[in-house]
Amino acid sequence: MLGMLDQLKAKWEKTEVYKSIFRHSYQDTQRNRALQIVDNVFLHLHPVRISRHATNVGFTWGMGGITFLLFIVLTITGVILMFYYRPAAEYAYDDMKYLMNDVAFGPLMRNMHRWAAHAMVITVMLHMFRVFLTGSYKPPRQFNWVIGVILLTLTLFLSFTGYLLPWDQLAIWAVTVGTNMARATPLLGHEGPFGPELGMRIDNDVRFVLLGGTQVGPPTLLRFYVLHCIFLPLVGAILMIVHFWRIRKDGGISGPDVDSKKV
Amino acid sequence: MEHFFKIISKPDNVPIILMLLLTIFYTWLAMSKARKNDEQTSSEESKLADKVQVWPYLVKVEFLAALFVMVILTFWSFLLDAPLEEPANPALTPNPSKAPWYFLGLQEILVYFDPWIAGVLIPTLIILGLCAIPYIDINPKGNGYYTFKERPFAIVTFCVGFLLLWVSLIVLGTFFRGPGWNLFLPWEYWDTHRVVALTNIDFTELFGVPTRRVDDSLNPAAMIFGSLIIALWYFVPVAYLWLKRNSDFMRKMGLLRYGVTAFLLMTMAAVPVKIILRLTLNVKYILVTPFFNI
Repeated sequence: MLGMLDQLKAKWEKTEVYKSIFRHSYQDTQRNRALQIVDNVFLHLHPVRISRHATNVGFTWGMGGITFLLFIVLTITGVILMFYYRPAAEYAYDDMKYLMNDVAFGPLMRNMHRWAAHAMVITVMLHMFRVFLTGSYKPPRQFNWVIGVILLTLTLFLSFTGYLLPWDQLAIWAVTVGTNMARATPLLGHEGPFGPELGMRIDNDVRFVLLGGTQVGPPTLLRFYVLHCIFLPLVGAILMIVHFWRIRKDGGISGPDVDSKKV
Repeated sequence: MEHFFKIISKPDNVPIILMLLLTIFYTWLAMSKARKNDEQTSSEESKLADKVQVWPYLVKVEFLAALFVMVILTFWSFLLDAPLEEPANPALTPNPSKAPWYFLGLQEILVYFDPWIAGVLIPTLIILGLCAIPYIDINPKGNGYYTFKERPFAIVTFCVGFLLLWVSLIVLGTFFRGPGWNLFLPWEYWDTHRVVALTNIDFTELFGVPTRRVDDSLNPAAMIFGSLIIALWYFVPVAYLWLKRNSDFMRKMGLLRYGVTAFLLMTMAAVPVKIILRLTLNVKYILVTPFFNI
């Protein structure tokens, strides 16, 4: 019986279909280990070889990778939530109630989305903390740190825009408090320094543009929904690609291997 | 005390406890690694040559970490429901009204600064300042390993900013600020009707220069005095530059880089200084003008 399976497997591995999908055999050789990385679109963002200390969780804390994992979790649970949610003030809250009470696994999906979002803010902060403490922003990796800072602001904006979507008291008042700050923008806010002098009113300043009104209302919900589900994740994903690619180009996780002295 | 446990165990506040514990743990971990590295005298260049293949050595770690995180996240999501309060009602303002937790440090700073500083200027400077870090830190040491001895200034500055001015203020804003954004200690009940008398005065008034004249117009003397104090604050790094003008450090920094670093540093230092001035001397503003107050 086993012999027959082995024969079948050997035959299958010789077929054109198999060879077109898997470019190399799985035998444990140096060459295949390298090909495993190079021939896989998802894994090839890694270098083929890295210094041993870079695989040490105590060194990297794994926070960058966990952040990316959480982004994937958020994308998947977010898409599922989108099936049940309409970003209009008449429906949004009822859709939430429906999701929490009547949809199979609805609460699990929503809880996962919310807790992963909070966790992602924390892991981004810890990732930056670690990168600072190991001096990993130093040459040649200065610009990747800058991209990382932009990704931090995107993470915060993603979380902030998502905060409004449940359309409950917690949501609109947290976003009201947050966006009220925009009133005070110098030059561009109607309560900011030199704002009124430049003709800023409550119905034409930067906060009005952000909210689509003079207070957090239905247009704000739609704006934040579009930003949350389309614009911000897209920009974030593009910058993440650049971020990861540059890590590899600059010497791999946790270290330019050229001139560092200690590990 | 039970009020405090109620606040701590609010579902949305659980991540803040998590953040606090993780931050403390990782600060300890990084510092103990830094001490170990600083104590060893021999450089370990041989370790750099010690390379391993990413498949399986790194991919294995990534897979296990992913598994670990997913297990925690799944349990967390089964055990704790995301909050869903009453439907949105623009006519009913909750007290206290709080921004999402990661902005509560900034909301806390609103007590000490006007919104254009706390809500716009400081966040903008945090982002720009973070971006500037790799370009203003010219110390070549400590690239890719934990150390304290080789870059004490950079590490102390970042830890003050991150641990004291960011994480601690978030914790303060979440757990100790109740109705009316008044300070409540853990054993105190969050009383909506608590009234705290505002006895704030402006900095110049400490020296007998009133901000407003008898007819309620602004006093030019106070404006000049206030401007001078702020100018003096930012003059400190200029004086330091003059003293050290011939030093190796200044030559390497260059004027532009030094200027940016000094401005960011003095502005960051001004935040805790203003907080302390408010808490000890009830100082409201340093400078009052018709357009803005600082």
